[in-house]
Amino acid sequence: MTIQTNRRNFLKGSAAAATALVIGLNSRGVLAAGSSGAQLNPFVKIGSDGTLTVVVKHFEMGQGTTTGLTTLIAEELDVDWDSVKHEFAPADGKKYANLLFGAQGTGGSTAMANSYKQYRQAGAAAREILIQAAAQKWNVDPETVTIESGILTSGDKKAHFGEVAEIASTIEPSKEPRIKGNADLKLIGNPNLSRKDGYGKTNGSAQFAMDVKVPGMVYAAVIHSPKFGGKLTSFDAAEAKSVAGFIDAKAMPNNAGIVVYGKNTWAIKQAKDAIVAEWDFTQAETRSSDIMIAEHLKLLEEPQYSATKTTDFKATTAAIDSSEQSVEAEFVFPFLAHAPMEPLNCVIEPTETGVRVHDGCQFPGLTQPTVAAITGLKPEQVEINTVFAGGSFGRRANPTSDYQAEAAMAFAMLGGKTPIKMVWMREDDIQGGYFRPMAAHRVKVGIDDKGKIAGWDHRIAAKSIMKGTALESFAVHDGVDHSSVEGISDTHYGIPGFSLGLSDFVSPVSVLWWRSVGHTHTAFALESAIDMVAEKAGRDPVEFRLELLAGGDADQQRLSDVLKLAAEKSGWDDPLPEGRGRGVALHKSFGSYVAEVIEVSLNDGAIKIEKVTCAVDCGIPVNPDVIKAQMEGGIGYGLGAAMRNQITFTDGLVDQDNFPTYEPIRMSDMPDIDVHIVPSTIAPTGVGEPGTPPSAPALANAIKAATGLRVTRLPLAENGVEFA
Amino acid sequence: MAFDLKINGQNRQVEAEPGTPLLWVIRDELDLTGTKFGCGVASCGACTVHVDGEPTRSCMTFVEDVQGSDVQTIEGLDGPVAKAVQDAWNELDVVQCGYCQSGQIMSAVGLLSGNPKPSDEDIDDYMSGNACRCATYKRIRAAIHHAAGTLEG
Repeated sequence: MTIQTNRRNFLKGSAAAATALVIGLNSRGVLAAGSSGAQLNPFVKIGSDGTLTVVVKHFEMGQGTTTGLTTLIAEELDVDWDSVKHEFAPADGKKYANLLFGAQGTGGSTAMANSYKQYRQAGAAAREILIQAAAQKWNVDPETVTIESGILTSGDKKAHFGEVAEIASTIEPSKEPRIKGNADLKLIGNPNLSRKDGYGKTNGSAQFAMDVKVPGMVYAAVIHSPKFGGKLTSFDAAEAKSVAGFIDAKAMPNNAGIVVYGKNTWAIKQAKDAIVAEWDFTQAETRSSDIMIAEHLKLLEEPQYSATKTTDFKATTAAIDSSEQSVEAEFVFPFLAHAPMEPLNCVIEPTETGVRVHDGCQFPGLTQPTVAAITGLKPEQVEINTVFAGGSFGRRANPTSDYQAEAAMAFAMLGGKTPIKMVWMREDDIQGGYFRPMAAHRVKVGIDDKGKIAGWDHRIAAKSIMKGTALESFAVHDGVDHSSVEGISDTHYGIPGFSLGLSDFVSPVSVLWWRSVGHTHTAFALESAIDMVAEKAGRDPVEFRLELLAGGDADQQRLSDVLKLAAEKSGWDDPLPEGRGRGVALHKSFGSYVAEVIEVSLNDGAIKIEKVTCAVDCGIPVNPDVIKAQMEGGIGYGLGAAMRNQITFTDGLVDQDNFPTYEPIRMSDMPDIDVHIVPSTIAPTGVGEPGTPPSAPALANAIKAATGLRVTRLPLAENGVEFA
Repeated sequence: MAFDLKINGQNRQVEAEPGTPLLWVIRDELDLTGTKFGCGVASCGACTVHVDGEPTRSCMTFVEDVQGSDVQTIEGLDGPVAKAVQDAWNELDVVQCGYCQSGQIMSAVGLLSGNPKPSDEDIDDYMSGNACRCATYKRIRAAIHHAAGTLEG
């Protein structure tokens, strides 16, 4: 999600978290009796053997938080990388809030951006008191104490952290502990650090929620309405009774569905398929995709909202009408499912004081109160055990905490004493909603006699992600959901006569942020249209973009730099052989600047994506190899969806149900990807999402270059492009 | 009913209905959770195990059909090919979310066991049944080549 323009609002609501950037210095304390280790602050634990354990406040969905946040503290404490351990933070919004949200949660590619200073200071504070503790113990001047490979040394005296941790925990660190200077960094920026989560994920030992089993646990699945907005009227479970291991089926109190209980996963899957349900579709979505597309296009005719302060459609239209040439295009984007590899699931069990939820939990700040409300507990009675998440791509950060809420409901409906494992099948995931919204854009651009843009009329129609959620007041202003227009409303291209309008599509189909949110469609429309204008004006796409970025501000400079770097590394100016084409796209999102050049080949009418050259400026590259991995993955995620993914509807029913009809990108589709990172000393920004937005338009631009075919509707495979 | 299985070299007796996918026996009854559920229709490969050495989708293999067979899961993976593959995965930091990687590794071991020096095309063909939503494919391809190089010595 992007809340950049509204971050200040978030911070207002969480002044305490913001001022305490800070580390909660009051929460030090010796660990449980009998241990000689100590927790020096919320992020730093020292074991009795001296082992450093970093408490990671952001869940790990593959984006590298267990490596990244651990790096920051290990750096300040001069500990050998391989010896550092990590654990996930418990649910505690006071200690572990995302400083950009004011609540505990991961999203918007903010994990490193909000933690960078906080974690370095936490490490520096721990270093300071460990050194003082050693000085006390040895009765020496703290200035003489050094740390190397996790060992404190002064003269001939040596100790590991565990030997002084108890003394350290009684010492108050200074308010602004001094972090290392850039010249002294050993781990930050080191391209050879191995991932902290690699080993367990290659031998089967890494624990995901799907792997959690607690004594007496009952499995549960939910049958949802096949049409969005439908209500359960009745059901017949007679056939399910013959399924071995079937326990019971109960209507949910809100009539949103049926909970099916069983003794194992196979039992609930079979029982679920055997139950016949009747639904009231009076309030449900019953339209088909072609009708929805037509309605989006109609909404473009009269925008409901102006999405920039300077929008003036009359003036823009006049400028376009008096131009020498013009370009016009209509873009259509389908609904998309996130389809994380691990189907949604979690475990909820009773504890002596409340409940415990085992979950690859993206947003404890939302899940904790949601589960508490359903189970009749106070939020602090809901403990969350965060485990590895098998992907998310936005799906697990849900304002309604939908699957955790279902687990809590299933738990409460069974009396609140029996542990429940809630498991969604892949079909529930593909058909279960919270999709990337369908969107349509219409672009008209006037080009003057010098080949320059004279006016740009841009209109967007999409269902709002934020309206009607707890985030509405933060993300919606004057009717405009920023996440519907981000990437265009705040473009850094200097475009004269620019007007941007927005209309909301209304539907019971639930929608959600999907890896890079609004940028998933805005970057495609903008970067395709820029290429169309460049072509009409007879200009090189790279040169044309650089000219639009010549205003001299810092954003334009950083965008220009990544564009030049990607162009250079891809051999943009080198001629290509027959049957090859190159396309470029450039986009800023989540504070990071990414340019991508894609090269495709054309054989017997079929396109193959051969190579992607990516340049990224994300500020200080903390873990260069993680940044490369996120660019590679973000590009693959974007390309796969652009090639062939869509969620479509027939009379309100989702047409796709599992991977055979929602075919993910495969090994044979994956191009070579070459990532170049711009060196920087500016504070780090996101990398989980920014690789995705330029990938689809760079591909469409490359296909145009190779074939002459300009495709403005996604997915490409359904709109005239054949892939090898 | 009771089935006698040989899993990771051990004889295990399990109670299950005929027609139960091997996947759920392995995960829910035997608590070997390294083998993952991804789709249930043999389309993603997250559930890949070896049955008599052959990579097999356990979500579409009935428990009764593997009686008398040697079933190996990621937890029981052993031998020089397995070690080379797992080491290569760590050396190149292939994983992201990691949920599909048990299946990827089981398939990669299967590939290298039959084809010690696969080309890019061989890898693309053999591994295309294993989906990775994090799109770690570039590194998987490189790691397979890396492991092949290690095994060659």
